[in-house]
Amino acid sequence: MTIDMTQFYQVFFEESAELLAEMERLLLALDAGAPQKEDLDAIFRTAHSIKGGGSTFGFSEITETAHVLETLLDRLRNGELSLSSEMTDVFLKAVDVIKMQLAGRQTGSSVDEAAVRDICTRLSTLGGREFNASPAAAVPVARRVAFGEGGERIVDPSPEKLFAILSAIEERPAEPAYGLFAESQAPGAQGQSPEPPAPSHPMRRASDAAGAAPARTGRRASDRADGERSSIRVSVEKVDQLINLVGELVITQAMLAEATSRLDAAVHQGLLNRMGQLERNTRALQESVMSIRMMPISFVFSRFPRVVRDLAAKLNKQVELKTVGEGTELDKGLIEKIADPLNHLVRNSLDHGIEPAEKRVAVGKDPKGTITLRAFHQGGSIVVEVADDGAGLNRAKILAKARERGFAVHEDMADKEVWQLIFEPGFSTADAVTDVSGRGVGMDVVRKNVRGMGGNVEIESRPGEGICISIRLPLTLAILDGMSIAVGKEIFIIPLTYIVESLQPAREDLSSVTGRGRLVHVRGEYLPVVPLREVFKIEAAHTDIHQGIMVIVESEGIKVALHVDELVGQHQVVIKSLETNYRKTRGISGATIMGDGKVALIMDVVALARGSYGPLLRAA
Amino acid sequence: MTQAALARVAIAPEAPVPAQGPREFLTFRLGEEEYGIEILKVQEIRGYEAVTAIANTPEFIKGVINLRGTIVPIVDMRIKFNLSSANYDQFTVVIILNVAERVVGMVVDSVSDVISLGSEQVRPAPSFAAGLDTEYIIGLGTIDERMLILVDIEKLMASRDMALLEVIAE
Repeated sequence: MTIDMTQFYQVFFEESAELLAEMERLLLALDAGAPQKEDLDAIFRTAHSIKGGGSTFGFSEITETAHVLETLLDRLRNGELSLSSEMTDVFLKAVDVIKMQLAGRQTGSSVDEAAVRDICTRLSTLGGREFNASPAAAVPVARRVAFGEGGERIVDPSPEKLFAILSAIEERPAEPAYGLFAESQAPGAQGQSPEPPAPSHPMRRASDAAGAAPARTGRRASDRADGERSSIRVSVEKVDQLINLVGELVITQAMLAEATSRLDAAVHQGLLNRMGQLERNTRALQESVMSIRMMPISFVFSRFPRVVRDLAAKLNKQVELKTVGEGTELDKGLIEKIADPLNHLVRNSLDHGIEPAEKRVAVGKDPKGTITLRAFHQGGSIVVEVADDGAGLNRAKILAKARERGFAVHEDMADKEVWQLIFEPGFSTADAVTDVSGRGVGMDVVRKNVRGMGGNVEIESRPGEGICISIRLPLTLAILDGMSIAVGKEIFIIPLTYIVESLQPAREDLSSVTGRGRLVHVRGEYLPVVPLREVFKIEAAHTDIHQGIMVIVESEGIKVALHVDELVGQHQVVIKSLETNYRKTRGISGATIMGDGKVALIMDVVALARGSYGPLLRAA
Repeated sequence: MTQAALARVAIAPEAPVPAQGPREFLTFRLGEEEYGIEILKVQEIRGYEAVTAIANTPEFIKGVINLRGTIVPIVDMRIKFNLSSANYDQFTVVIILNVAERVVGMVVDSVSDVISLGSEQVRPAPSFAAGLDTEYIIGLGTIDERMLILVDIEKLMASRDMALLEVIAE
């Protein structure tokens, strides 16, 4: 699998431009007679950052210029040389040269090679004799090897000569890489050959391709010119403020819509038309503002190839990582928070899920295991899945472990309920605790983190075939599609993502269990009834369970029927935290402001569904 | 005080605290007693409006309201201190406080005025005072013939008793 580095180029260009601007500012403020050590340090750091960034992305010519600059700056700040105004001038010129080189990479504008050589020469002249040795030290080992093969020996490496050699070396790795490209583009041309060798080494080919990239400046320059994007970096607070304001606007618009909905359409046709337009514009504005915070999930996925490679080597397993849907966008806040849970899940899959190669072969599987990271939209949610083709969960082992730990379990529990047990704190079925996983701290943390994001975790597992853990997250943390329901005089919001269906049960579909709990029979399933008027202590219109409406909700594989008085409508609501000024409340995940300006509470369906088996209902 | 006059009492919470000298207190009534709280903790004063009740909370937490887009909990001090019958009419007043980095509304019978008390006018509190623990009382203020119970509202609102903050959630 290849990582598309181009998406990070833009960040590098932006950062480098900022660093150069900073360096320029510092240089201009520098007192040539008595330079401050801090200032010299700061300039050195900017040069060093550009060099680092340049080498990360394989922009070798930028790295080299920055390196020459950095070497001189290092000696200056260590007091080996003293600053002269001539040096400052040359430094500023060097800044210009790096800018030119950056522009060359970014937009494909032409780079004046003579100016580059000139500035490097001048920098090295200023640095004196020690300079000569350093550029070679900066060249990665691999290139030095290639250089050795070239058979040329440097006796007196003048900077010009070094540069000539360096540029010659630049072209070397390109040749075999091009060969590989040709091969991969036409695998069918190999006729009888059963398997072209290339696909079995996708990693290597990817790295070869990446190695070839720097040498392709000329060709890529033209591709790049029209692909240039400009962006500004804005503080998250500003964006959040904007989102809050739009949230207020949406509420105000909803209030207006409600106020005008009572008007006579014939008399106020013009007003109502414009209200419709306002609604569309508000919705569009809201969507574009929300999209500012959206980032592709590849920012998280991109760290896993390395994790998987290192861990697989450590555990001596053969594992391939596949990523699907890297372009799926989700809220920046979620991107930051989902990394840890995913890391836990991937490590778990590697350690417990994927079997060692011998074991895999023994059961007739490909010795190489696969871990798939997949992200996609489903309804109003984002689903991120971590799947492996390993052994799957061991039902008997989990049940045994649960009994050992004193959980109330029985043999007839549904698979989904059994799988949920692994989320219990301290629950691990690993035979041995390793430094990778097995301490049982991972899964409950995963669930806690995901719940904290307003999402939930589901597990699907088939013995011998593997496991798929899906994390379902709201699209954003700020807005939610909800169904408003009435219980007595109170209005509550149920997040739409949890609702399966709503129905009015027939009398014969309701049954009571030991006179306490009630069950409703829906399409062959018996679901526990959660009477909201009891949970929320409200005087409801329908205390009789046979009246009112059942809203069937599902969370973490558990379905329950919420008994409500009536359904009011469907809205997009702006989520407001109760905790800002108050505290967490059982059964409530947040609040929102309705069209009439009143506060409605958003139900915590996850807690309600679990509560039907656990403490919530009893406490209520 | 009329609603219009009430609205004008709104004070900027960021006003600097005078180091010494007279301190200003907002006075309000709960039943027969008159209380004073430091004016700098007060964000604004509003009339009582319908709240959204939250289940499984103490009785004195009336619920939450929408204060210009912010969800603000409302506490009825009259219920909390069993001081007077808690009925809600057009004279019922909510003092919006800025305490412990939170915004909290406090229902009282009526708001009287803002007075300034020098340190010589503040006496230490006796060991009993109304329904309040003396821990939350700064002292007793005397002005003319009136006696004010000066409350450390920040300490009170952040206390375990009020069940407003996260610490005592579970």
